[in-house]
Amino acid sequence: MLNALDNLMLEKVADMHDIPKGAYNIRKNGEGIQKNTTENIDIITKKDRPGIDVIIKPNTKKESVYIPVIVTEQGITDVVYNTFEIGENADVEIIAGCGIHNSGDNKSQHDGIHEFFINKGAHIKYIEKHYGQGEGTGKKVLNPKTIIHAKENTTVELELIQIMGIDNTVRDTEIQLYDGAKLIITERLLTNIEQKAKSNITVELLGENSSAQIISRSVAQGKSEQTYYFDLIGKNKCRGHIQCDAIIMDDAVITSTPKISAHHSDAQLVHEAAIGKLESVQLIKLMSIGLTEKEAEDTILKGFLK
Amino acid sequence: MLELKDISLSVENKANILNKVNLKLLDKKIYVITGPNGSGKSSLARIIMGISTPTAGNIIFNGQDITQLDITQRAHLGIGYAFQSPPRFKGIKVRELLNLSMSSGSGEDKICDLLYSVGLCSQEYLDRDMDASLSGGEIKRIEIASILARNLKLAVFDEPEAGIDLWSFNRLAETFKEMHEKTNATIVLISHQEKILELADEIILVANGGIERNIPKEDILRKGFIDDKCKCRANCGKAGDKNAECIG
Ligand SMILES: Nc1ncnc2c1ncn2[C@@H]1O[C@H](COP(=O)(O)OP(=O)(O)O)[C@@H](O)[C@H]1O
Ligand SMILES: [Mg+2]
Repeated sequence: MLNALDNLMLEKVADMHDIPKGAYNIRKNGEGIQKNTTENIDIITKKDRPGIDVIIKPNTKKESVYIPVIVTEQGITDVVYNTFEIGENADVEIIAGCGIHNSGDNKSQHDGIHEFFINKGAHIKYIEKHYGQGEGTGKKVLNPKTIIHAKENTTVELELIQIMGIDNTVRDTEIQLYDGAKLIITERLLTNIEQKAKSNITVELLGENSSAQIISRSVAQGKSEQTYYFDLIGKNKCRGHIQCDAIIMDDAVITSTPKISAHHSDAQLVHEAAIGKLESVQLIKLMSIGLTEKEAEDTILKGFLK
Repeated sequence: MLELKDISLSVENKANILNKVNLKLLDKKIYVITGPNGSGKSSLARIIMGISTPTAGNIIFNGQDITQLDITQRAHLGIGYAFQSPPRFKGIKVRELLNLSMSSGSGEDKICDLLYSVGLCSQEYLDRDMDASLSGGEIKRIEIASILARNLKLAVFDEPEAGIDLWSFNRLAETFKEMHEKTNATIVLISHQEKILELADEIILVANGGIERNIPKEDILRKGFIDDKCKCRANCGKAGDKNAECIG
């Protein structure tokens, strides 16, 4: 059912070298094509609109769910609504990710709207990789929307990665953190040629002792454009830290808009943002141990985006 | 093995940082370059590595004029430079940097030896990122290791003592001695440190845009010209502390 191209795309976006052992749902060109559930993880296809409900039982430990999406045809606009219900004290990894292969001249687009209900004490790691390829002029577009309700004492780790081949992306992330909830977002973005990427992250620290850490690193090359908007809202005794670090090259444009607002005298919010070019002393160091300028540049960027 | 011919360096707002410097270094010797802060020691080293381009003059390396060669080309000829203020890297591990430095085919054992020789425990450091989480002294020692890793004909170490505690420093002095005994490299140490001065086959003084050769070690230690001439040190309360790093 999966061909070589499918397998390549699955490997790129979900590090899947094989059909995973546990729960998974593979969506291709707008349709669910293969799925598996386990005793603790159920995946139900929605009746009212495209998408799935992923239901993870309380206390499920060390299991993973793979829910990759691949688009291999041109001219497709795939909109999908996924809902995740994570049971109390579960500890799971969710590997999403979307790959588009577009060899035609018409646009291919995937909009994934993901909503997470994370119940008390649960820990999730959510990894979303975006990747595009294909020689046609058709645009490859990905617009993910992620909404997370993190209940008491949950830990939420998000890894949002887009390294290659997406022409246009608007990424919206909205998160609510209740008492003792802890959020860590790692965002990595590389754009080149005329690609455009927009990332809006809004975090509401509603609960006492909730905390959020957002580490965004990006590289903009060619004539690409990146726009960031971070909004951290502290409504209780809480801690929030945004660290946004961008390397700008060629004729790229990067705009980063930080916003922090405190509605409580014990809210501690920090925003750090830096945009700059590759540090020449780093290049010189690597060249002085024998790398060419190009190799040095690649090594630095690869590390930076790791 | 290395010959500097009438090397001069001026920059926009500073003329004659170096003024017609002539210097010949021989194979397999240890040279210590010393001199007041801002006298042009690092500039000289950067010119040798190809990081700075001299305003005038030529650089001959084993018979070849390398004045026009870039940094990478000089690295391939076997020239190495340990930075006075090494850069940090986000997302690059100590292991990766050392691997990049080493000639291919060297294994993990070699990396452990290298870290040990600069007084670092490999288990603790190999998987650390080369970022701001490392202290200045740690970064500095890894920088030195990255030069020891290479199979060099000419190795220049720029103030290796800076930021390094005394115990590790003694270890480091041993390391330079070993390097001298076990390899054929010509070693240039930019330093004010007595332990390092003691290693020298010859001490070279850089001052006022020029160099003086064959300075007796005793002169430097006795006169303590570094303390005298460094205005910063006179004002900063570190006066008299020979091991204090002076950030001029
Ligand atoms: N790129 C530069 N621009 C301006 N001044 C410089 C530059 N490089 C070096 N200098 C100046 O040249 C002098 C010598 O510097 P340096 O070689 O670093 O001295 P040292 O290593 O002996 O302390 C200093 O006064 C320094 O400020
Ligand atoms: Mg110097």
